[in-house]
Amino acid sequence: MATLNVLVAVCLAYVALLFGVAFMAERAALRGRVKWLRSPVVYTLSLSIYCTAWTFYGAVGYAARSGLEYLTIYIGPTLIMVGWWWVLRKMVRVGRAQRVTSIADLISSRYGKSTILAILVTTMAVAGTTPYIALQLQSVTLSFAAFAGTTEIAGVGNSRWTALWVAVGLTLFTILFGTRNLDANERHHGVVMAIALEAVVKLFALLAVGVFVVWGMSGGVGAMLEQIDASDIGSWQMQGGRWAGLIFLSAAAFLTLPRMFQVLVVENENEDHLRLASWAFPTYLMLMSLFVVPIAVVGLARLPQGANPDLFVLTVPLSQGQTGLAMLSFLGGFSSATSMVIVAAIALSTMVSNHIVMPIWLRVAYGGAKMSGDVRNLVLFSRRVAIAVVVLMGYIYYRFSGGGAALAAIGLVSFAGVAQFLPAMLGGLFWRGATRTGAIMGLITGFAVWTWSMLLPSFGTGEILSPQVFEAGPWGLGWLRPHALFGIDGLDPLVHAILWSMSLNTLVFVAVSLGSFPSPLERLQGAQFVDVFLHSARPQSWSGGVAQSEDLLIMAQRILGPIEAQALFRRAASKQGLVGYLPEPVPDFLNELERELSGSVGAATAHAMVGQIVGGASVSVKDLMAVADETAQMMEYSSQLEIKSEELTRTARQLREANEKLTALSVQKDAFLSQISHELRTPMTSIRAFSEILRDTDGLRSAEKAKYASIIHDEAVRLTRLLDDLLDLSVLESGQVNMNMRRGTLKDILDHAMAAAGGGKALPVQRNRENEHIGLWTDLDRLAQVFINLIANAQKYCDASQPELRILVKPGQAGGIDVDFVDNGSGIPHDRQEMVFEKFARVSDQGAGGAGLGLAICREIMVRLGGRITYLPGQGGGAFRVSLPGEALTTSA
Amino acid sequence: MGKSVLLIEDEPNIIEAISFILLRDGWEVNTHANGQTALARIAEKKPDVVILDVMLPGASGYDILRGLRAEPETHDLPVLMLTARGQNKDRDMAEKMGASQFMTKPFSNADVLEAVRSLVGS
Repeated sequence: MATLNVLVAVCLAYVALLFGVAFMAERAALRGRVKWLRSPVVYTLSLSIYCTAWTFYGAVGYAARSGLEYLTIYIGPTLIMVGWWWVLRKMVRVGRAQRVTSIADLISSRYGKSTILAILVTTMAVAGTTPYIALQLQSVTLSFAAFAGTTEIAGVGNSRWTALWVAVGLTLFTILFGTRNLDANERHHGVVMAIALEAVVKLFALLAVGVFVVWGMSGGVGAMLEQIDASDIGSWQMQGGRWAGLIFLSAAAFLTLPRMFQVLVVENENEDHLRLASWAFPTYLMLMSLFVVPIAVVGLARLPQGANPDLFVLTVPLSQGQTGLAMLSFLGGFSSATSMVIVAAIALSTMVSNHIVMPIWLRVAYGGAKMSGDVRNLVLFSRRVAIAVVVLMGYIYYRFSGGGAALAAIGLVSFAGVAQFLPAMLGGLFWRGATRTGAIMGLITGFAVWTWSMLLPSFGTGEILSPQVFEAGPWGLGWLRPHALFGIDGLDPLVHAILWSMSLNTLVFVAVSLGSFPSPLERLQGAQFVDVFLHSARPQSWSGGVAQSEDLLIMAQRILGPIEAQALFRRAASKQGLVGYLPEPVPDFLNELERELSGSVGAATAHAMVGQIVGGASVSVKDLMAVADETAQMMEYSSQLEIKSEELTRTARQLREANEKLTALSVQKDAFLSQISHELRTPMTSIRAFSEILRDTDGLRSAEKAKYASIIHDEAVRLTRLLDDLLDLSVLESGQVNMNMRRGTLKDILDHAMAAAGGGKALPVQRNRENEHIGLWTDLDRLAQVFINLIANAQKYCDASQPELRILVKPGQAGGIDVDFVDNGSGIPHDRQEMVFEKFARVSDQGAGGAGLGLAICREIMVRLGGRITYLPGQGGGAFRVSLPGEALTTSA
Repeated sequence: MGKSVLLIEDEPNIIEAISFILLRDGWEVNTHANGQTALARIAEKKPDVVILDVMLPGASGYDILRGLRAEPETHDLPVLMLTARGQNKDRDMAEKMGASQFMTKPFSNADVLEAVRSLVGS
């Protein structure tokens, strides 16, 4: 029992190490040291979650039962990796271009962002993966039991508790490191690092046991080979059909297993990493399989009859009293099991939350995309719950199945289940003609055949299906016998199930695809997927127009977080040559936004959310024409011509733009002169009219005289102020102004500005003075002028019943700071936000005194100070952001 | 005698000045400051002369003028346009639209009076 205690201690220490590594990796990623974390080596190692406990323990058991057949499980993935150029590269490229979050997302996205497909694939993936998770729990439990000396397996005594504790621990780890980021494309550095470590541990452990067996027990390579020759395993008994079936199955599963898709595509940082992985991963597999036969042979020879061959890796060293080595071997198996469960749980929880929870939420909270509140919490919460549920289901399956079947058999059932995604996925990547209906029907067919001929029988004869059904078929229908469909008898049950499920799946998929028409969106997505290498970024769907950029921003803020969303919108706006945060909702931008969102909530949901705001039809005639043109392949023949004409078009456009700019400048100049004329003449009119009245009218009362004189006076002052402003502006614009750079603190400038604007009496101001102790090196008076202007504007224009201004200081871009002035009024209408900084632009009709030059001056001042002033939409009131550059900050206040 | 004038203008001080001049000359003066509702107000008051500013909140003076000329009832109503822009093309525009007379701000009080009188007399 002492060893068992030590084992528990080692186990806990190992888990603590994993936590530590994951934590450090997350920290390093935060500090930007991503390059090292994301080397191709780490990528390759992370692929090793293909080798689960099934491969670690089960391969030896498999070899002991069926000879070299276990190799097929390695050959399939090897073929895929070696041929990466054809399939994997395309998958990764599409995955990255479309910001795909899971295999369900890939398939749904390809077939017109179909919600039904996403739900279907998610459900199938959960059904197919649950037995696999159960398998991992079982292997950990069995290996514990082997140590405890109770070789009587599972279901007895504390093994139930072992499995439960393992399940709880894995759930915690996965939630902690797997749901830190919402955006699945932001990648889980911690988890990947931990998996890479586990990959090393399991390989090392298996090699160590192998070396011990060959050199420690059998006396070297020569003796070992003789021993192998002598045993049954040595005789080469290859069943062609079964081998081909298994190789195909493992190759298919390598591509379609949710956890493999997660590490292969979603966690992939760089397409070029595939180059290294294409030979390094097969090498890893080769090393993993190197000592399988020796261990199996020695186990069969040295251990008592009836010992479980699935545990030879563990029991062979134990039988020799090599507790340390056995401990290492245990850790190897433990690593294999835990890394699989963690990644599978992350992959499945992303699918469940994106494709099942979010669509339901969207439907229940109708128009929900515009409601207030943060969706990120909902998504993260649903992901966490999904992780717990997925692992729990694995545990329940483990308890229910009683751990009876051999490890390899359960693994194959899982493989065959997820392999059903293959036709829809490959068809989607390589065949334009594949349609949504075809994919749905194919998947359902394949899955049904798999359930009937493989999953249900896997529980054992008499468990779910009675022996009668196996003998005579359900209701006496002989052609529906699970192991002899359509009366074809005598096939190996596995080959039989793969053959029928895959061929019927493919047949139905192709036939229905040929017989159905894809929707316009499907056509576009199809073109994007199939021809991903031709055009990785083509406009695809939205025709904006009616979309409200501000609503989109509000929604994006709630999913991506305010900082990311604002940055995204500003980038898009500046790409369009606009200032501020609201780009035109052109198709390009909407597609980009949708892809960003789909990184967080999946393609179908993102499409639905954008659709709710943009509304209505999403595919324009022009888009369709583009597809039609492509299918006709006219472009390929005329590419040369096209380049020429593109050049011409470009030149013409440049000329047109230059011309437009000149015209606009001239119009602008006219408008400016006419505006100045208006602004000057208006006060002059009053002055002239009243001075004539005073001069020409007899018998004016003295009160009247005083009143008219004061009007003349006020208008003269207004005229002067206007001239001052104009002068100020022209000096600032010509750049002939000297900035009077001085040291000061933000707090003092804000205090000064508030006092100059009349204090907090006219309008209560909320500040957080703690944040304002920031030293500045700038023109303090000019900056104060900007602040005074903003405060005075809020006093004038904030139309709330209890007006209030908040001044918020936040870290800005490139080491600078942002000072936000947010009031609680109705803000500036969307169509005016662009022009508030223009000269003479007044938003309200009630001329509240100013000539409309204040914000124009503010803009010029901020440009001179190296910063900027922008209108910040979507803050629930008028909001201006003054950004100061990093150079304006001094370290000490 | 009490001929009536409707002054459509949005600067309070200019309203006060013109009202003062006209009232002293014996006119009945009504004022209105919003461009959007100006046509309705004219229809309601049926003034003898309209003084119309070009730059108004809600609608431009040109829009109002076009509206007036399109209705048979107000087709011949005398309209004195005031503008603070004072460029030739503004004057051309006003004439094309059918303004009876056009004046640039700032104006002399006597000119305004004379213009209004002559418009009613004609």
